[in-house]
Amino acid sequence: MATQAEHSSTNRRDFLYVATGAVGAVGAAAVVWPLINQLNPDASTLALASIEFDVSAIPEGQSVTITWRGLPVFVRHRTAAEIAEAKAVPLSDLKDPETDEQRVKEGHEQWLVMIANCTHLGCIPVGEAGDFDGWFCPCHGSHYDTAGRIRRGPAPANLVVPPYEFVSDTLIQIG
Amino acid sequence: MTGAINMFKNKIIIAAVAAMVGLAAVPANAAEGGARPERQAWSFAGIFGTYDQNQLQRGFQVFREVCASCHSARLLAFRNLSEPGGPDFSEAQVKALAAEYDIADPTAEGGARPGVAADRWPSPFANDQEARDANGGSLPPDFSVLAKARGVVDPFPTWVFNYFTGYQEGGADYIRALLLGYHDEVPGTAPEGFELPEGKYYNDYFPGHAIGMAPPLADGSVTYTPGEDGVAVPETVEQYATDVSAFMMWLAEPHLVSRKQTGFAVLLFLVLFAGLMYATKRKLWAGIEH
Amino acid sequence: MSEHSTYTPGNAVEKWLDDRLPVVRFAKEHLMDFPTPKNLNYWWTFGAILVMCLGVQIVTGVILAMHYTPNIGLAFDSVEHIRRDVNGGRIIQATHAVGASMFFVALYIHMFRGLFYGSYKAPREIIWILGVLIFILTVATAFMGYILPWGQMSFWGATVISNIFSAIPLIGENIKQLVLGGFAVGNPTLNRFFSLHYLLPFVIAAIVALHIWALHVPGNNNPIGVEVKESRDTVPFHPYYTMKDLFAMVLFMIPFAWFVFFAPDILGHPDNYIMADSQVTPAHIVPEWYLLPFYTILRAIDFNVLFIDSKLGGVIAMGGALLMLLIVPWLDTSKVRSGTFRPMFKWFYALFAINFVGLTYLGAQPAEGIYTVLAKVCTAYYFLYFLVILPVLSRIEVTKPLPTSISESVLGKAHA
Repeated sequence: MATQAEHSSTNRRDFLYVATGAVGAVGAAAVVWPLINQLNPDASTLALASIEFDVSAIPEGQSVTITWRGLPVFVRHRTAAEIAEAKAVPLSDLKDPETDEQRVKEGHEQWLVMIANCTHLGCIPVGEAGDFDGWFCPCHGSHYDTAGRIRRGPAPANLVVPPYEFVSDTLIQIG
Repeated sequence: MTGAINMFKNKIIIAAVAAMVGLAAVPANAAEGGARPERQAWSFAGIFGTYDQNQLQRGFQVFREVCASCHSARLLAFRNLSEPGGPDFSEAQVKALAAEYDIADPTAEGGARPGVAADRWPSPFANDQEARDANGGSLPPDFSVLAKARGVVDPFPTWVFNYFTGYQEGGADYIRALLLGYHDEVPGTAPEGFELPEGKYYNDYFPGHAIGMAPPLADGSVTYTPGEDGVAVPETVEQYATDVSAFMMWLAEPHLVSRKQTGFAVLLFLVLFAGLMYATKRKLWAGIEH
Repeated sequence: MSEHSTYTPGNAVEKWLDDRLPVVRFAKEHLMDFPTPKNLNYWWTFGAILVMCLGVQIVTGVILAMHYTPNIGLAFDSVEHIRRDVNGGRIIQATHAVGASMFFVALYIHMFRGLFYGSYKAPREIIWILGVLIFILTVATAFMGYILPWGQMSFWGATVISNIFSAIPLIGENIKQLVLGGFAVGNPTLNRFFSLHYLLPFVIAAIVALHIWALHVPGNNNPIGVEVKESRDTVPFHPYYTMKDLFAMVLFMIPFAWFVFFAPDILGHPDNYIMADSQVTPAHIVPEWYLLPFYTILRAIDFNVLFIDSKLGGVIAMGGALLMLLIVPWLDTSKVRSGTFRPMFKWFYALFAINFVGLTYLGAQPAEGIYTVLAKVCTAYYFLYFLVILPVLSRIEVTKPLPTSISESVLGKAHA
C-alpha cells in the first residue's frame, strides 16, 4: 500500500517526466521543421515567382515567348479578326468550354497570355498553325484556336492562362 | 593524492599555462599589418546585436556613390535591400533602384535590359582583367563577403574572451581602420627601411602598408539626407568609414539579426531543458548508490 | 551476444516479428536491459554524444548536398547561396561547420578518457582499434569536407596535405596524381572529395556499429577499472544511462548552439571567405584546429635523417603518431587498468594532455624561432610517452590497492 509520501513523490516524479518529455517533444519539432522547410523554394526562386512584362513592344499579329517560373509563356498581340473569330465560336463546339472573354482581361482583349505547354503531354505548340488559325502541337496533333482553346486532337483542356494582371496599360504582372 | 603531490601537480599546470601565455602574448601578425585595428562598438555585436537600419542605408549610399565604381558585389541581389533585418528599403524603392541599372541578358534585345529586384548587383567591369587594367594592376576585391574575409588576430587572453563574447566583428573593425588609416606622406611609424612603391599609397593597416587603392573617402563627398528626426549625420570620413563598414557586414551576413534572435530562444530553451533533464536524471538515480 | 535474453514478445504481432527479424529483442537486450556499471562518470557520456554528432553531421550534410554544387566555378557561390537564399540555410550550414569542430571536441575527450582509464586494455583491444580507425576516417572526412567551400584555405590546405603523398619514395608523385586526379588540386579533386565526403560517414557509422558490438562483448569499462563481478555492480542501461546520456547531450548542445548562433565563423579562418586562387598563397596556411596536433608533428621534422629527407620524415612521424594510438594496448601492459590507482601514470598522463594542447597551439604558429624548438620538444614527448614512459611504468610503477568490486568502491564513496 503506498504511503502518503510515496504517493505524492510518485506524482511529482511522473509530472517531471511528463514535463521533460513534453518540452523535449517541442524541441524536437522545432528542430525538424527547418530541416523540412529547406526543401521549399528558396528566396532566389521565389524572387522570380512574379515577373513583369511590357507588352507594348509586341506589334499587332505577333507573338513573343517569355519564361515564367521555368515555364514558357506565349504573349500574343491578337488582330481584330482573330478576336472576332474567337468570339464567334459556339461553346457547344468546345471540348473545354470557355468564352473568349474568360481568357482575356477586360479592356485588353487583344492580349492573350497562355502557358505554352500543350495540355496533352507538354510539348510547345507552334504558333499561327493548325486548322483553327491558332496553334498546332506537332507531337500528337492538337489544334488550338485564336483564343488558345482546344478544338481538335488529344489535348483535354485549353492552353492554361496563368494568373496575371495589367498593372498599367502596357505592363502585365504574371504570378 | 596527498597534499604535497597535489600542490606539485598544480604548479606544473600553472607553469605550463604561464608558458603558453608568454608565448601567446606576441601577436603572430605584428610584423605585417599595423597595430590591432581599434575595436568599435558596433550595433550588431553581441548576443542582442541588430543592424541600425539608418546606418545601413547610409552605408549603402556610400557604397553606391563611392565604392561601386570599382568594387563589385556579385552576391548582392537588389531584392536583398528590401528584406527584413537589413537596410529595409521598400519594395517600390528597390524596384526603382534596380531599373536604373542595365543587366546583361542574352535573351534581351541588345543584350541588356533594365534590372528587376531579382537581379544581382552588376559588376563595374566585364571581367577581372578589365578591373586590373583600370586599377593599376590591382584587383578591387568583391564586397559580398569581404567583411568576413578579413579579421584581426588578438593575443592571449583576449582571443579566449572573444569565444565567450562571440566576437565576429573583426572584419568590420579592420575595414573601418583601413579606410581611416591613410597618411598624406609615409609617417614615422612606418617600419624601418620602408619604401613606398610607385602608384601605391601608405596605409597603417593594410598588410605590407602599400595599398593600391587611393584614399576613397573625403569629408563631404557623400551627402546624407537627415532622417525623420531631422538630426543631421556628420559628413566626415570617419562617419562614412563606419557606415560603409556596417553595410559591408550586412552584405556578408544578411541574416545576422534573425540568427541571433533565434539563437537567444534556442539557448534559453536548451538551458531550461537541461535543467529538466538534470532533475529527471537525479530523480531516476535517487535510489541507486553510485 | 553474451547475455541471455529475457525478452518475451508481448503480443502476436511482436511474436511474428521476433520470429522473423528480432529487432525488438535486439533493442531490448542491447539498448535497454544491457547491464552497465553503475559507477560511470560523465566522461562516459561522450560515446553517446558522438553518436549524436555523427547523426547531426549526416542530416545537415545530406541537406547541404541538396543545394551544393561541386564544381570549382560554382562551389563557393553555392555555399553562399545556401547561407543567403535557402530557407534556414544559414543555420544548417553553420551547424554542419561548427558540428565538425564539436565532433572533434567530443572525439578527443572520448579518446583521452580511454587513455586515462585504460579502456584499451585487454579484453577491449579491438574496441580501441576500431575507435582509432573511426578517428582516422573522421579526420579524412573532415579534411575532404573542408575543401568543398573552395576557399583559399580549402585549396591550399588540400595542396599542402596532398603533397604528403609525393613524399613516398619512387611512386609518391604517381599516387599524388591518382588522388588529385590531376597535377594539382582542381575540379577532379573537388568532385571526388565531395563523393567520398558523402560516403565516408556511412562507413564510419558501420564501424561505430562494430565498435559498440565489440563493446557489448565484455561490457563497459568503468572509472575504477575493476570488472563487473555481480549484478549489484550494474544497472540496466535504460532508463539510467539513456537519461544520463540524453542529459549530457543537451548540455553539449549548449556550447554547440552558442557557436552556431553567435559565433559561427570563430572556429574557422577568414581566408576561407576568399575564393580559391591557385596563383596566390595565403600568408599562413593553417588547417582547422582539430588537425593542428598532427600538423605540428608533420612540420617538426625539418631535418634529414640518413637517407630519409625531412619531407618524408615528417610524413613518417605523422603516420607514426597515429600508429602509436593503434598499438597502445601492447605498449601499456600495466596490470592495473584505471589511472585512478596509478599515481605516477597520472603525472605523465597530465603532461601528455598538456603536451597535446601545446601541439595544437603550435600547429597554428609560423614555423619560425622558438616555435620550431617547442614543436620538436612536444613531438618528442608525444612519442616518448607511448614508446618509453608507458612500457617503463608498466614495469616499475607501484600502484595503489584496488577495491575488490564496483559495489565496494561505491559504498566506500557513499560513506566517505
